[in-house]
Amino acid sequence: MTALLPRRGLAQILALIVILAVDRVVSPQFFDLRLQDGRLFGSLIDVLNRGTPVALLSLGMVLVIATRGIDLSVGAVMAISGAIAASLADSHGLPVVLAAALGAGLVCGLWNGFLVSVLGMQPIVATLILMVAGRGIAQLITEGRIVTFSSPDLVWLGNGSILGVPVPVAIALGMLILTGAVVRGSALGLLIEATGGNARASELAGVGTRAMILAVYVWCGVCAALAGVIAAADIMGADANNAGLWLELDAILAVVIGGTSLFGGRFSLVLAVLGALIIQTMNTGILLSGYPPEFNLLVKAVVVLTVLLLQSPKLSGFSGIMPPLRRAKA
Amino acid sequence: MNLKALFAASATAALLIAMPASAGQLTIGFSQIGSESGWRAAETSVSKQEAAKRQVNLKIADAQQKQENQIKAIRSFIAQNVDAIFLAPVVSTGWDSVLKEAKEAKIPVVLLDRDIDPSGKELYLTAVTSDSVHEGEVAGDWLAKTVGAKACSIVELQGTVGASVAANRKKGFDTAIAKHSNLKVVRSQTGDFTRAKGKEVMESFIKAEGGGKSICAVYAHNDDMMVGAIQAMKEAGLKPGKEILTVSIDAVPDIFKAMAAGEANATVELTPNMAGPALDAIAAFKDKGTVPPKWIQTESKLYTAADDPQKIYDSKKGLGY
Repeated sequence: MTALLPRRGLAQILALIVILAVDRVVSPQFFDLRLQDGRLFGSLIDVLNRGTPVALLSLGMVLVIATRGIDLSVGAVMAISGAIAASLADSHGLPVVLAAALGAGLVCGLWNGFLVSVLGMQPIVATLILMVAGRGIAQLITEGRIVTFSSPDLVWLGNGSILGVPVPVAIALGMLILTGAVVRGSALGLLIEATGGNARASELAGVGTRAMILAVYVWCGVCAALAGVIAAADIMGADANNAGLWLELDAILAVVIGGTSLFGGRFSLVLAVLGALIIQTMNTGILLSGYPPEFNLLVKAVVVLTVLLLQSPKLSGFSGIMPPLRRAKA
Repeated sequence: MNLKALFAASATAALLIAMPASAGQLTIGFSQIGSESGWRAAETSVSKQEAAKRQVNLKIADAQQKQENQIKAIRSFIAQNVDAIFLAPVVSTGWDSVLKEAKEAKIPVVLLDRDIDPSGKELYLTAVTSDSVHEGEVAGDWLAKTVGAKACSIVELQGTVGASVAANRKKGFDTAIAKHSNLKVVRSQTGDFTRAKGKEVMESFIKAEGGGKSICAVYAHNDDMMVGAIQAMKEAGLKPGKEILTVSIDAVPDIFKAMAAGEANATVELTPNMAGPALDAIAAFKDKGTVPPKWIQTESKLYTAADDPQKIYDSKKGLGY
């Protein structure tokens, strides 16, 4: 229950509202919505649509981080799955394309999980291997060029709509509900948190920590593969050099903005996705503002710092509104 | 048979043996950066074609984006005593010692596509590169000519912030349109040279400019960003190529596909044929001792829908872009 109703999400919601308000100031038409070819159209929809890849990545990443791990390879996995999807799109049906692309993500996740849980490698090193090699694999698949396709089914995944809602947004929402139902509808989430909190104690208490760790990396790989397919469908092509580039960092940032500690032990799916939306709301706002692009990264850094400061336990003692709420729920 | 006739006969024979070796079979080593982009792959395949056309034996070494590999390749070319070395330098510094070795071995070096640090100017014969400022000018001049006297709000998709190509293509375009007061860049933002970012940035431009109705033209620093931007315009119900003019740079195959579909208007070619002019310069240098100028500028050719884009697409598609 608590996963779906964030009890510690106030700082994030506040940050999102403030950034939305700033976006409204720099771009007066920010909240305008209309239908274009049966699809909702407006800056808010852009935020949701463009935020989808990072939101999907953060869904997998937050579980990995909850076990005290980290997955640096998600951007490369996006490139691999996008390359596979684009290469198969015009010769095979959508089910085959999706199965192959998501299957590749699953294999990548298994590989990471195997290195971390069975061989006991440090997660940051273990996943660094695939982060570097994965992009090379993707480039091998595409032979270094941008592979384009015209299969309407796959294009629909990136550009279509369901009742006006862009398909990528609907997929991300579906994945959030599915992941939430699986990990919070059962004891799984608790076991993942226990693994991250104290793996040895959990092991002694009968938690299958190895299986837990393997499972979260596999899920992370699948989420990344799905994000890769959507990113490729969006531009009707797979760009192995650039797809998902540096997005692993945005995904980690989304998880951290969502209040999940890198030391593991607890997590919130909803807040991680909210973190992804905060990042994208800011990105879209920067693009709409018309500032010279040289300022993009600077603005981003200042906003992220502010959001993280808002969450800092030391500073929230001064903020007035945070402590009573925290204590009330504690 | 007198001595004179014998001498003449043997001289002719000697000439016949010598001919293919001197004129026909130049051996040239080419240290290529690697396969960093589709353009790079096209450059490699065009170089092979150009060499075959001139019956030059071109040995290509792929450096996989590493300078040390390029240095190794150059040393091995020197050891093989090739007739000339082509180098597409991955970075602009650190070439002095290896180029000195080539100079001592009397092997001329030609730089392709990129220049190196000015301190090394006497170490190479010539550099064949494109002028990216000029590319921007060609794009700007085309737009000014096409728009004519009516007012035109332009949105610009810049390349990666800090990349010299992006800065130059911006500079050239700005210079060209500065002469026309009716042309104005109203929004300019980086699309990182990628399709995905080009699309995202164009989406925000459309929202910020009242649904795109006030945008008259899009200028993108490369075709890939333009391909993304065209998708964004179509999704917003706009008609790129008709309601909104497009001009971009590079001339990759996919922009010709868009042009053939009437969704793009113009592109300025960054020719992948850097080896052709370089081979000609080397041939002239070897045969007649003609020293080429220090810089051979490649042509920045403008392509529009009038140039049979479908045919160009078909001819470019196989080059590895």
